[in-house]
Parts: sequence; structure tokens; C-alpha cells
Amino acid sequence: MAEQEWDRETVQGILASLKDKPGALLPVLHGIQDTLGYVPPGSVPLIASELNLSRAEVHGVITFYHYFRDTPPGEQTIYVCRAESCQSMGSKTLEHHIKQRLGVDYHETTADGAFSLEPVYCLGNCACSPSIMIDKEVYGRVTSQRFDDIIETIREST
Amino acid sequence: MIKVFVPRDSSALSLGAEEVANAIQVEAAKRDIGIELIRNGSRGMYWLEPLVEVATTAGRIAYGPVRAREVSLLFEAGFLQGAAHPLRLGLTEDIPYLKNQERLTFARVGITDPVSLDDYLTHEGYRGLKRALDMAPAAIVDEVAQSGLRGRGGAAFPTGIKWRTVLNAAAAQKYVVCNADEGDSGTFSDRLIMEGDPFVLIEGMTIAGMAVGATKGYIYLRVEYPHAHRALNEAIEAAYRAGYLGKDILGSGRSFDLEVRLGAGAYVCGEETSLLESLEGKRGLVRFKPPLPAIKGLFGQPTIINNVISLASVPIILDKGGDYYRDFGMGRSRGTLPIQLAGNLKHPGLVEKAFGLTLRELLYDYGGGSASGRPLRAVQVGGPLGAYLPESQFDTPIDYEAFAAIWAVLGHGGIVAFDDTVNMAEMARYGMEFCAIESCGKCTPCRIGSTRGVEVIDKITSGIERDKNVRLLRDLSDTMLNGSLCALGGMTPYPVLSALNHFPEDFGVSATEKAA
Repeated sequence: MAEQEWDRETVQGILASLKDKPGALLPVLHGIQDTLGYVPPGSVPLIASELNLSRAEVHGVITFYHYFRDTPPGEQTIYVCRAESCQSMGSKTLEHHIKQRLGVDYHETTADGAFSLEPVYCLGNCACSPSIMIDKEVYGRVTSQRFDDIIETIREST
Repeated sequence: MIKVFVPRDSSALSLGAEEVANAIQVEAAKRDIGIELIRNGSRGMYWLEPLVEVATTAGRIAYGPVRAREVSLLFEAGFLQGAAHPLRLGLTEDIPYLKNQERLTFARVGITDPVSLDDYLTHEGYRGLKRALDMAPAAIVDEVAQSGLRGRGGAAFPTGIKWRTVLNAAAAQKYVVCNADEGDSGTFSDRLIMEGDPFVLIEGMTIAGMAVGATKGYIYLRVEYPHAHRALNEAIEAAYRAGYLGKDILGSGRSFDLEVRLGAGAYVCGEETSLLESLEGKRGLVRFKPPLPAIKGLFGQPTIINNVISLASVPIILDKGGDYYRDFGMGRSRGTLPIQLAGNLKHPGLVEKAFGLTLRELLYDYGGGSASGRPLRAVQVGGPLGAYLPESQFDTPIDYEAFAAIWAVLGHGGIVAFDDTVNMAEMARYGMEFCAIESCGKCTPCRIGSTRGVEVIDKITSGIERDKNVRLLRDLSDTMLNGSLCALGGMTPYPVLSALNHFPEDFGVSATEKAA
């Protein structure tokens, strides 16, 4: 598969503004993912040369951290908490419902490109379990019905 | 102007606090009533969120849980004057859940506007730093040592000893690193304080810098906490503007710079050496110790690395003295612990209490028993690497040594409750699965043992050579316990074996077999 085109200028701009920070690689990768939604594999050589690292080191960091992704996400990313507190409040049922409803499994994106689904291990919202996060908004005490309502509202507003 | 408080805390927001705040603004404008809407932190009583408070001459009156569609009815009832309404809870301070706590570290959370420096100063903020600036570094360290404070991240190492090691290490550059990678399920006290009173953490870190001669600090924050990220950055900016950070702090001639760095969804980066690797821009591989981070830490320099709550407890210790803090608690567990009640509980939330109360008091007197109304069967204390405790152990006091004595850990003070529908073999399996997902891969027992652990538990629950596989699981756990560098591999056996030992029936093992 041919690699997706990516915005070289944006990546260069992010590198120029962050590369002199001590331990710059994570801030750089965050900067790129915040702007482009993912870290394009094609940008790895550029990042490596600007930070004076090997390509293997950059690739190693991208793949070590669950949060960084090397493919474009859907318009929004839904993170479902799989941790113990949410399990104690029925997250397995919710998890099953979400996968059914969206028709995708974890690390996949819906066919219409609207939602990517990712597991997460704790959102710190354990007093309001079960929890999900959509982009940067956290939702607590999520039932299957509430999930459908949230998705409906998002679909209507976009 | 009537002051109305609606939390900006992410858990309150997760239950609709933003909509409630908007509805209050709209309704007040419609009725032409001037109000001052303050976005405070959460009081930590999460079954009542969104909790709206109104300042009256008698004190702050609470209403909750408020939904946006109920706001106009609240106006109708006269809630701005503290009038009666089915959601009225009386004076916030008098709600027993809150009234019976000993809030030292969390003294301001829920009361102030988290990002208002003026509010912080009005509520005794920065008194600790002002005192510290007049003290010799060794005297600051002594004060912290005197308080008996132990690391609240989970390892419970005496904070004063750690600081003294950094103080005595000679180097041109030293660092203060705050571990805000609160990855343990069932814990949220770090998040709550970073969103509800970020200045107390900033002040604690600045004092740490003065104590050991460090001029640069980093807060390593997990990416799953976007609201905390925003609050911290706003507060740091305000502190810089007012001369509480940066060069020549309050004219003292000393400087301290502070920056928030984001993690990227790796649980293992809550382990201190892995966190330092991550801050250096590398994969979060655990380091061998020694050398200790206090000697060779961030970028190879002497580094204080402490949990959020440890650092946020420092300002009150410097303000009121080590002895004041030490007078709370029991045995070698001094001061208070912000305990987080989570999972299947009727009244989940934050309870800051002196060490010494029992798990049972927390689960029933504060927690109100299960949310589902069914009997509580097990609780996991101390995050995903903490042991599961059965009902027979609920009288254990909150004390590091008392928990160690029953092969359990207090950890970061998170308590997750399960009712009797839980399958403990599934929880044990999840413990191994989580370890497999999050292992950094450095130690073989953790990297491979966790995957083998899932398989062995599956065999046990499927009834395949059960006795043999139970023995194998115990043997594997022993290898992980003794053959892993950090707590991830080394403590995953805690939830696994405690589940097996206390709930053998869920594994299809009879109680008599378990001793084998």
C-alpha cells in the first residue's frame, strides 16, 4: 500500500520549535500527533535526523507507547476503560455493546471513518465507572443507552 | 453578586457539569440576576456530582446531583438564597462524609478557584514556600523528615531520606520530577488535586527545589488527564507571572523552572526509572537500581522523584511544621492518606483521613456499601498490582505495615469494590493480561511469564490438569516475584495469588486443595 501523503512542512515546523528541549522526542511526537492525528511513518527519517537519533530509536519509541499511532485515526477516537473499577460496574457489557454498535474491534476505525476505537487502562474517573473518553472529553456512568445517546448527539452535530 | 460554584473537575464534567454551568448562566441572564459563577475543584463526593454550591451568609449551601434540565426549577425554588429543594443538601461543610475527614493535603480542593492565585493566597497558599525561603536547605529537609512523610505513590519510602540523599549529592544541575502518571485503576487523588488545587503541587515542587538545590522541575503527566494538563499549565503561567516561579523567586535570588511533560499511555512509566527514561525521550524501559535516581536520575543528575500527593503534602508540612503532620496517623504511617473509594460503591469519592481507620469503616461508613445493593465480596486495594481482600480482612487498618502483614499493599490508596457477581478467576486472568499488555519487556518473567500466566489460568478454569496447573501458576508467580526489576512483574502475583487463595472456588479449586 502506498503511504499516505503527509504534511512535511508542519512536521518541520514542530521539529524546529521543539527539538532543542532536553528529551525532545516525546514532545515532538505529541506535537505531530496533535496536529496530524498520527505520526506518519514517512516522517520518521526526518525526526531522526533533526534529533540526531537513529530511525530505529524513533520507531522504537513510537511503537512502545500505546497512545502514538502510525495510521490516520477516525474523525474522533473513543477510548473505553478496561480497568478494574470499570469492570466492577459492568464495563464488559458496555464494551461488548460499543463494539457491536460501531461494528469494529479495538484498534480499528469505523467504515465511515467517524470513530476509532481504543482501549484505555484507567481514566482516573473511577468514582463514576464505567467511563469512556471521546477525544479529550470524559464521560462517566456510561450505560449502553447513554453511549448510544452520546454517539447520536455527536453524529447530529457533525 | 451571588457566588455560585460548579466544579471543573473532570469527573464532575463527565457527569454533565459543563451543561449545568451553562444552564445556570443562561437562566441567570434570562432572569436578569447578577451571579459570579466560579468553576471550583470537586469536593470529592462523586455520587453528588454535579454538585452546585451557593455562597450564603450562613455558609456554602450544596445542591446535588444537579442535572441541566433541573436548573430552572432550582432558580424557581430560590436556590440562590439557599432555599429548600429536594436536591438541597444543607451546608456543604456539614455533610458527614466531608465533615468527618481530616483534610490536610486537600484542604483547599473544592473550595477555591483552582487556577486563581489570589484565591490560593487567601486560603493560606504559599506560606510553606515563604517559610522555606528563610531556611537553610538542610533545615527544610529535616522538617520533611520530621513529618514522617512516606512516598504516597505506593512504595512508601521516607521522603526526607530521599531528599537528603539528593541534597548531599554534589552536581551542577539537579532536578525535581513529579510522578503524575497515575495509572493505577481505582486511583484518582493525583488528578483531583491537580485539577482542584494545582498551586499546592507547584508550591511543593518549588520547596523541593529549594531544599536540594534543584533549579528545574518536570511534572510527568499521563496523557489520559487532559483537564489536569490544562489546569496545571494555567496555574504554572500564573505562578510565573507573579514571581513564584522562574528567576529570583519572591526576591530570594533563587530560581526554579517548571514544565509539564505528557506521557503516552504506558502504565510502566509510573515506575520511577521508566518514567525518567521516558522524560529523556526514550522507550520507558525500567533501569537497574542502583544507582538510585537520587544519585543518578534524570539525564544522569541527582533527582528527587516523588508522587503528586507526596509533593502536595510538603507545603502544609513547611507551613505548620513536621510535628503537626506527624501527629496524625498510627505506627510508622504518619499523617493522612487521601483514600479513593471506587468501583461498586454507593458513595464513591475521596476520603482524606489520618492512617488507622479500617477498610470496613471506609467501605460501609463512607462508601455506604455496594452501589448495586448486593453484598460486597472482594476489594482490591492499591491498584492493579494490589491484592484482592475478602470480607474476612475488612477490619485491617489503613497502615502500610498492617497491609504488608496480610500480603497486601496500600499502594496509592485506591480501593476498588466488587459485589458478589464478580468472578475472581476472571480478575486474576485480567491481572496477568494487563501485565502482558503493559510490560516494558526488559525482564523475561514479566514479558513472557504474564502471557504464560493467562494460558495457565485458562487451563485451570477449563479444568485441564487443574492441580498441576495450580502448582505451575504458583511457581510462575514465584519466578515473577523474584525475577523482575520493578513492581509490574514483581507484584502482578499479588492480585493473581490473592484471588486464588481467597476465592479458590472461582477457579474450580476446592478450599482444601488450595493449601497444596
